[in-house]
Amino acid sequence: MSKREEVMLPINLNTNRFLNFSPIKKYEKFMRFLRGIRLPIIILLGWELSGYLGFVSETLLPRPTTVFQKFIELSISGELLQHFLISLRRSLSGFFVGGFIALVAGDLVGFFSKAEQSLDPTVQMIRTIPTLAVLPLFILWFGFGEFSKTLLIAKASFFPIYVNTFLGIRGVDSKLLDVAKVLEFSKWKQITKLIIPSAMPNILLGIRLSLGAAWVALVGAELMGSSEGVGYMIVDARTFSQTSVIFVGIIIFALFGKITDSLIRYFEKRLLKWRDNFQG
Amino acid sequence: MTLLEIHKLYKTFDTAKGKVHALHDINFQCKKGEFITIIGPSGCGKSTLLKAIAGLDSTYKGNIYLDGSEVKAPSIDKGFIFQEPRLFPWMTVEKNIAADLPINKVEIKKEVERLIQLIRLDGFGTSYPKELSGGMAQRVAIARALLRNPKVLLLDEPFGALDAFTRSHMQEVLLEIWQENRTTMLFVTHDIDEAIYLANKVIIMSAKPGSISDIITVDLPFPRKRSSSSFQEIRHIILNKFEKVDELELINSAGI
Repeated sequence: MSKREEVMLPINLNTNRFLNFSPIKKYEKFMRFLRGIRLPIIILLGWELSGYLGFVSETLLPRPTTVFQKFIELSISGELLQHFLISLRRSLSGFFVGGFIALVAGDLVGFFSKAEQSLDPTVQMIRTIPTLAVLPLFILWFGFGEFSKTLLIAKASFFPIYVNTFLGIRGVDSKLLDVAKVLEFSKWKQITKLIIPSAMPNILLGIRLSLGAAWVALVGAELMGSSEGVGYMIVDARTFSQTSVIFVGIIIFALFGKITDSLIRYFEKRLLKWRDNFQG
Repeated sequence: MTLLEIHKLYKTFDTAKGKVHALHDINFQCKKGEFITIIGPSGCGKSTLLKAIAGLDSTYKGNIYLDGSEVKAPSIDKGFIFQEPRLFPWMTVEKNIAADLPINKVEIKKEVERLIQLIRLDGFGTSYPKELSGGMAQRVAIARALLRNPKVLLLDEPFGALDAFTRSHMQEVLLEIWQENRTTMLFVTHDIDEAIYLANKVIIMSAKPGSISDIITVDLPFPRKRSSSSFQEIRHIILNKFEKVDELELINSAGI
């Protein structure tokens, strides 16, 4: 029996990964936050100071405090929330339509080489057309209504998910496929236990890129012709030279973009904790 | 009782330089519960032979019978351990062992737990493969095959990538599993000591063409000592065979 314990020793050394280093972890987390927030704070301070000292005109570049005041003002009146909710609804509906079709098409093309041969060349051709270039066409065909906007956003969010789903499915390790063969996985188990988990990093990346693309397309759609939404708010403010309102709009886009991105990254971390990659 | 029968197996590869006879007239039988090791120089076709038995490669001539019926495709009857562990990185150890079987079923969960104990990985059931060492991961791969109660376990140089200490530890574990489960083992290696230490029978293969040059029975009692004189005697016999084989190879390649 003593021999068995001797042999066990090097393995047990590994268990120290269960030890808890939480104070150090907390400190590390705080430092990471600090490193991220440093640059924006420096920029904001410089900006405020240059406005305060009169280096730049307030109409061209209002100071952060002015923008913040405007932000509060618009929030209290409820105007901001109303525009924001409309933009949110538009971008999400476009994203879900485009993303869903992309997931289905990406799976089809990934799983069946015949579907790839007949579908992929066309899709790749359409992909190279800039979204904003087809916008006039959409307006001509479907008018200024919600439909053309949703369609535009759907087109923009289709491609990142399509391309990455396809890549993810084709990226499955053939060595693991051999294992699935030896273990007699059913077709269904092959998909649920091997192909989908293996493609998951790519699919999530596609969703992340796609959300960004949807956001860009939304602004394009709203700038071109609309009577509500954050994009409209910006255009409207431009005609009246209300620069601070333009900034409020930009900040809303930036903030919401960052929040959605963080949300996806959170899911990435939870779903992909098995990954063993370079952490920097 | 014969479990596995290999009958007149031939396989040729077509390469740019012409035909290569990877397997040439391979015949042998394996009894139930036996531990057979196959040893030979690289390129002698030992891995090709094992892949054919597993059903992973069916482009051969000849017949392979397992338990009376002919082998045509991979199946869980023939557990296969690759050179690398090949675990699913997104599954924990227990889920890797269960793989496509439902881990929440009581009898499967119980069996998985028994196997985790057998491979001496208690406490690692919920760890991910990235947290395991190479030897630990390979043991999980063995447990994954054993859960399916294979009639024969085919191992393709499973410990080849491990360091000497881990390797001898793994040999102990494998012998323990064999003694407890009585699973028939067919083990390919290029390490003479490993071949003798584990086996009831050592099959010696030679290259060009890939064929069996000898089958040696090892009837030393377990646990074996590598330093014992009887062990060394068998080692000498096998080494002698290899020297003969090498001469033959020289003659062949010189075209005499």
